[in-house]
Amino acid sequence: MASQDDVILEVRDLVKHFPLTQGIVLKRSIGAIKAVDGVDFDLRRGETLGVVGESGCGKSTLAKLLMALERPTSGSVRVHGEDIASARGAALKRMRRNIQMVFQDPYTSLDPRMTVGDIVGEPFEIHSEVAPKGDRRRRVQELLEVVGLDPEHINRYPHQFSGGQRQRIGIARGLALQPEIIVCDEPVSALDVSIQAQVMNLLDRLQKEFNLAYIFIAHDLSVVRHISDRVAVMYLGKIVELGADAEIYDHPTHPYTQALLSAVPVPDPRGRENRERIILTGDVPSPANPPSGCRFRTRCWKAQEICSVEEPLLQVREGSGHPSACHFAEVHDVVHVA
Amino acid sequence: MTKAVTEPVSSGDRPYSGSLLEVEDLQVEFRTQAGVAKAVNGVTYSVDAGETLAVLGESGSGKSVTAQTIMGILDMPPGVVRGGRIRFRGVDLLTMPEAERRKIRGEGISMIFQDALSALNPLFPVGWQIGEMFRVHRGLSKKQAYAKAVELMDRVRIPAAKQRLRDFPHQFSGGMRQRIMIAMAIALDPEVLIADEPTTALDVTVQAQIMDLLAELQRESNMALILITHDLGVVADVAHKIAVMYGGRIVEQASVFDLYAKPAHPYTKGLLDSIPRVDQKGQDLFAIKGIPPNLLHMPSGCAFHPRCVFKRDNCTTDVPALLTVEGPRRSACHYSREVLDGVAG
Repeated sequence: MASQDDVILEVRDLVKHFPLTQGIVLKRSIGAIKAVDGVDFDLRRGETLGVVGESGCGKSTLAKLLMALERPTSGSVRVHGEDIASARGAALKRMRRNIQMVFQDPYTSLDPRMTVGDIVGEPFEIHSEVAPKGDRRRRVQELLEVVGLDPEHINRYPHQFSGGQRQRIGIARGLALQPEIIVCDEPVSALDVSIQAQVMNLLDRLQKEFNLAYIFIAHDLSVVRHISDRVAVMYLGKIVELGADAEIYDHPTHPYTQALLSAVPVPDPRGRENRERIILTGDVPSPANPPSGCRFRTRCWKAQEICSVEEPLLQVREGSGHPSACHFAEVHDVVHVA
Repeated sequence: MTKAVTEPVSSGDRPYSGSLLEVEDLQVEFRTQAGVAKAVNGVTYSVDAGETLAVLGESGSGKSVTAQTIMGILDMPPGVVRGGRIRFRGVDLLTMPEAERRKIRGEGISMIFQDALSALNPLFPVGWQIGEMFRVHRGLSKKQAYAKAVELMDRVRIPAAKQRLRDFPHQFSGGMRQRIMIAMAIALDPEVLIADEPTTALDVTVQAQIMDLLAELQRESNMALILITHDLGVVADVAHKIAVMYGGRIVEQASVFDLYAKPAHPYTKGLLDSIPRVDQKGQDLFAIKGIPPNLLHMPSGCAFHPRCVFKRDNCTTDVPALLTVEGPRRSACHYSREVLDGVAG
């Protein structure tokens, strides 16, 4: 696929710990929530990297770190070789132009008191060099047209639109500064089933049209597969498996990935009695106090002595062509959602 | 665990040959300042002991309002039941005095909700809330009720139930809270359990645990289960029969195998076609065009016609009735035969 030159985003050993404190006046640190704990990946131009995992695995913190909305505890996020995580002032502002975000909830991520024109045009207020003042209205109308909304509706308010249309407004705002990267945090999960496909198709079309790179965060595994070139599976702040979509879905090697895939209900009742289900016991452990060694070992049916002592690194192992963070990684094709 | 948690329900021992729960031509409206919204417009379905009926639909389709009306927990006003019958063991709930109906709630029919955190009272320990069922309905003492609560928490597989009895809802994870709500719902061994989006707020691995638990409880006590959901995957996994709702009406009714193999309504077909499949990667997904109808301004004729690929002239004027297409299958479409035979729209 794309060559190394095309890498536009490099994430290296990214860590974000939120301190846990006790006391009101004298705040003593009593530990940390390890929300993101050592994440590495690259993103190439025009590529979609899907990020899947359950709540609390650090997906959304990762998104905030990529946007420099949170500062990492350590590690770097380089956009075209420049570290956005440590950038300040004018440099940060310039870099943010290139990486934009689409949020999950189109009901709360749009200001109810602003018109659609103001919402979509607001990025131009901050980055006035992108569109001169007299030109903005026309630009906003263009953007509305691009995402499939009526440009005549520029003076309407968010409540006058349906959920799917509101998500289109959010996407138009994300496109305004012509970024190369868009971080989509659960962009379709708040929408009705019949509307999800419309928004997915729109994202797909925009990617081809503008050669966008997406970080696509979602918990719906079939949606992620549809849009992603590569998929990263996260568990408790770490990527446990990373590979091309077919590698992850058809040849998963990490037990957590296998369990996750097998847990997704297949929308076809035929053969449902004989389907293999890996039902994990218990809940995800607290990220404030993750298990030693492998973090998945407390719920893993393969766990052995070594798993509690030595942390498995995310690397390519024998018998599989893509990196997996399990001492006993082996391909086990579970019957799963297409 | 055995099912000897409670005595058998006494209400309705007389033999009754029809279905356990029958909803017939139910009509529910909401009177708002903006106008009258017909949230439920002639819904008919039934469920028998041991059976799972899935009610599938999007937000605003009327699936939850129907369930709330069955339970008698609909906010009235603004809600008004305009007509229809809800028969439990042959007795109409809608004409029953409230005192009798209260006995059926919990003992005959009970319900679990999507968001356990807001459905549970944050100010009382979970053991107290589960025990309340026994104190109120069975007149047990506090101590006896707590003992029953522990039994139930064991039955829904909450680890260390005894130690957690006096914990508050916020001290439990999402999956565990859902188990507590299930424990409350099955406390009095109901014959019908209504589950309104029971796993929508949960992660997939926890969802699998909860669906497993529900299936097991159903097997143990032969409950009827009404599963309200929008998730086509969950439905395919557990349902026996399906009612698909759109704009306050049932548009298709079929057994789960028939429906997934060959839908007989364009809306169902559209939903199934829009599921991403591996061989469609890189192509556009099939998308139902347009948006769900506004209940205050329903389209004329068939409510689905503005979004339908099979639309003809009479669809904009005549409301299609829910008619038998083939065997037990029913579809509310003028052209259900064509949809079923896969004639392109």
